[in-house]
Parts: sequence; C-alpha cells; structure tokens
Amino acid sequence: MTDLSAIRAEAARLRAEFEAAGAEPVETSVLQPAEVLLDLYGEDIRARAYVTSDALRGEQMLRPDFTVPVVQMHMEHGAEPACYTYSGKVFRRQEDDPARASEYFQAGFEIFDRQNPAAADARVFSLFYNMLSHMSLRASTGDIGILMAAVEGLKTTDRRKVALRRHIWRPKRFRALIDRFSGRTPVPESRAELLQIDDPLACAGPMIGLRNWDEISHRISVLREDAKANPISSEEVRLIDSVLSVQGSSDRSLEALRDIAVVMPSISPAVDRLATRLEAISASGIDLSKLDFEASYGRTQMEYYDGFVFGFYAENRSDLPAVASGGRYDALTRQLGRGKEIPAVGGVIRPGLVVALGGAR
Amino acid sequence: MSLKIGVPSKGRLMEKTFEWFGERGVELGRSGSDREYSGFVQGVENVELILLSAGEIPRELAAGRVHLGVTGTDLVREKLGRWETQVEEIAELQFGFADLVLAVPAAWVDVGTLDDLDAVSAAFRLNHGFRLRIATKYHRLVRDFLRENGVADYQLVDSQGATEGTVKNETAEAIADITSTGDTLRANHLKTLEDGLVLRSQATLFRCLSTPMDLDEKTAWVKLQEMLALG
Repeated sequence: MTDLSAIRAEAARLRAEFEAAGAEPVETSVLQPAEVLLDLYGEDIRARAYVTSDALRGEQMLRPDFTVPVVQMHMEHGAEPACYTYSGKVFRRQEDDPARASEYFQAGFEIFDRQNPAAADARVFSLFYNMLSHMSLRASTGDIGILMAAVEGLKTTDRRKVALRRHIWRPKRFRALIDRFSGRTPVPESRAELLQIDDPLACAGPMIGLRNWDEISHRISVLREDAKANPISSEEVRLIDSVLSVQGSSDRSLEALRDIAVVMPSISPAVDRLATRLEAISASGIDLSKLDFEASYGRTQMEYYDGFVFGFYAENRSDLPAVASGGRYDALTRQLGRGKEIPAVGGVIRPGLVVALGGAR
Repeated sequence: MSLKIGVPSKGRLMEKTFEWFGERGVELGRSGSDREYSGFVQGVENVELILLSAGEIPRELAAGRVHLGVTGTDLVREKLGRWETQVEEIAELQFGFADLVLAVPAAWVDVGTLDDLDAVSAAFRLNHGFRLRIATKYHRLVRDFLRENGVADYQLVDSQGATEGTVKNETAEAIADITSTGDTLRANHLKTLEDGLVLRSQATLFRCLSTPMDLDEKTAWVKLQEMLALG
C-alpha cells in the first residue's frame, strides 16, 4: 500500500504548483446533489457514483470528480476570466478490478476564458507537460472537435447528424449508424415491416407505461421521413474514416488533416483551431514532432470533453489508468450555465499514481 | 479437510443437481427434516455437501468457503467482478436454462432492436426530462451489455422481484430479466428485442480458483472428477 500521507503531501505540492501558475485554490463539498449532476456524467462515471441520501437534501452522491462541481460554482458566481485549482479525494465504485482504488486523490487545474481558447489549451497542456516531465510519461492528444465538425459537414439530414453527434463517444454505435445511414447495412426486418404498414398502431395491443401513443406515432413519422433520405455517400464515409484514422506526430497529423480538409472543407475551421493550438504549444517549447496526436483519442473515456483532449500514461504500464488527463468542455458549461456558457479547459493529475511511479518530489 | 460442494438448498435446481450427481454415482441428499439445511454425500469419500441459496453460491465460491458450487452462469457473472479470475467452469449441467433478455412494451411497434431502444431513449429523455428506466436486478450484466452495444441515455433501476410488472406500474419503461419461455413477458404485454439477448444461462458446476486445496481435498477432487467423468 502506498503511504496515504505521501500521496496527500504530493497532492498539496501539485496544488501549490498550480497556484504558482496563477490558479486560485477552491474547495468543493464531498457530498453533491445527485439528481442534477449525475445526469451530466457519462454512463460509466454515473454508474460508478456512490449515491446516498439524507432526509433534508434528498439524493446525494460522493463527488466522482471536481470538474462538474467547479464548473457549477463558476457558472453561479465566478468572475471572468478565471483559473482554479483544487485537490482532494474523488470516489468511484469499482465493480470489476479489485486492484483499482475506489477513492483516490486528484489535483486539478481549470481555466475559464473566452478570449483565446487555443492559448488556454496550450497553457494547460504545457503546464501539465512540464510538471510531469521528470517522469518520462507518454503524452497522448486528440481533438474531439474535428470529428464533430466532420459530422456537422455531412450532406445528410439534421436528424442523422444529431444521432451521429450523440454517439461520437461510443465508437461502435457511431460506426453502426454510419453503416446504416450510408446503406451499407440493410434496414432491419422489423423496421422494414413497420414502414410498410399503413396504420401500425391499429394492431399494437394495449398500451402500458409512460411512453405514449403520441411518442410512438411521432417516431414512426420520423422513421418514414428518414427512409426517404438519401444515403450518405461512400465518398463521405471514406472521408470520415480517413479523419478517424489520422494518427502520428502532431505536426504530421496536422498536415494529414489539412489534406483531408481540401476535400472536406467543413473541418477547416476545426483544423485551423488545431493549428493555432499547436503553434501555441510549440511556442511553449514542446517539440511537435515528438508529440503524439490521434484523431480518435478520447472517444471512449473522455465523457464530457468536446474539443482538445490529452492524457499522460506510464510507458509499459497499461495496467494503470492515465496519470493525468484533461481537455476542453465548452458544452458542459452550456448545460450547467442555464443559458450562459464559457469556453473552459482543464485537467487533473492523480497524485497516488505519481507517488506509486516514484515521481513525487 | 473435506472437499466442500455448494448446492442450491431448495426447489428444482436442488433436485436436478442431486439427479445429475446421482446419475454419475455420487449420491447427494438432504439429511434430517425438510427444514434443516444439511446434507450428505455417498459414493465418494471426504466430500461435504453445503446447502446454500443459489444466489449466495458465487460469493461463497469466490471467498473459498466452498471448493465447488452449482449455480447459474447468470449469477456468477452478475455477482463476481472478473469472474473468470475467481472461478472456473467445470461442467454445464444441461438444466436450469434461462435467458437474460431486454424487453419493452409490445405496444412499442416502432422498437425492434437495440438501435431503436437507443433512439427512443434519446427522445424519451427530451420529452420526459429524465432517462428511460430499465428495471433489473442484473445491473452489471445489463450495463456491460448496453455499453458494449453503445446504448445511451438510459438508467437502471433496481428491481428484485416482479420485474415484469414495473412497466405497467410506471416505475420503469423497459426491463431486463430472466425468462425461459417468454410466457410471463407476453402476459405482461412485453416483447423482447431482436438483438436483446444479454446472456444465455444454465446451471453450471464451478470450481473456486482462489483457495488452494490441501492434500485430502485434492484426493477427493481427483476421485470426484473421475466419477463425474470430467476433464
């Protein structure tokens, strides 16, 4: 067992470094209102939150991370621009691997700034990069925004775009949708039958449950409309695939994406943003030819991130989760801001892993 | 010490298990009155029968309190994290068949596949302001299955019994439960999804991997394997 006091000390040291980098220290409660916040997390964190309740406040959960409560705090009464740091324990139920901790420390850093998102991305990333440079970790980066732009630019119905965008974080379902919208997989039999019947509700039998006839007939009309839509062309599918397969050093990946953008102009603004970010990262002294980029990075684990994403991993220790990870989460501020929004980027380091890997100072 | 074998303490599962062992020359039975949960083993030396509720057997196996156990594949996979590192499947016993399936109201004529369920979940969340509820007691299995298939915007609600009734009672919109014939589902105006088979389960003999056997137990295990014509 790693010494808890060593981890606590490392967490405090990391937070002090974040403070020295200009962040204001903040605290959040361990107990968070479950109902509102749970909905914002991806399925995985949601299923792993410890939920409890008290008679006065109703359902509460032990915070599974800091980002959501910090965003909430900022959206309620933060001044702009803002930069915060925190450290403390987060709690996540482990269901499969007894070796993984169900409570562990995080030390984090978040920037809320609408002036220059690329510079904020670079500031967060280079700070993490430098703080972890003595540990010879492998850095991975990606950009969810490019795939989102690629989806946005498809010549297809808005409904199909919404469906694809919703599943950017679930590669398998995303692929299944692309295959169906492009006509590569046939329409399921049950769907084909349904579309042939004039009044499918006539022989539906008794209705039970909350979902009502209106919702069903609305969906049937949506399906009828969708059946008339043209398939996504194989050319466009090929382009999406080529965006997804971009991987290599950051400078080469940028070139590859620029090439794709020539025939897929919809991703140009997102690729420009990547270029600006890389320039800023390079200006902070990081060699782009040695910085990995993967267009599909972060699609499975990075729940609420919707732009730049990054993670730092111990080489040859695929058994360990990321030592540090983070990214841009503009949409989350929109969801929590009730009409307000602010571009935001941040990340966390896990002091426990830093100590375990011998990187504590 | 003696080799301990955990067997369901009542009902068809118990009877069928006794039958299965009996056909192979190992007689298992309950001793004393019907209410007393103790048993006997005849035909092989140094094997002890422990009667347990089928639901407890996975944990007893994982903890090493029984060396062998008969229970459903569904219960082992639901109750044990990384089950394959904790127990080993020795033999499928060819009874106690049950499928864990996802089911929705039969009136949902627009829903036939997981793909539909996912789309309906998204719309449901928009219309009702909360995530579509799936009632089940198999949280781990159902969550893993839905994650694997990329279904989103649902929530699992716990239901430890009469799960088929939850939709009518409006405490859930869909269910995931064990069925063998589908009669109960139909009677409750539910239908299964075409690709909604989460797991095929049957009664299975498992062996605990975590606790090593001592010499006596090993001897009994070798003899038992011979009699049961295993491996």
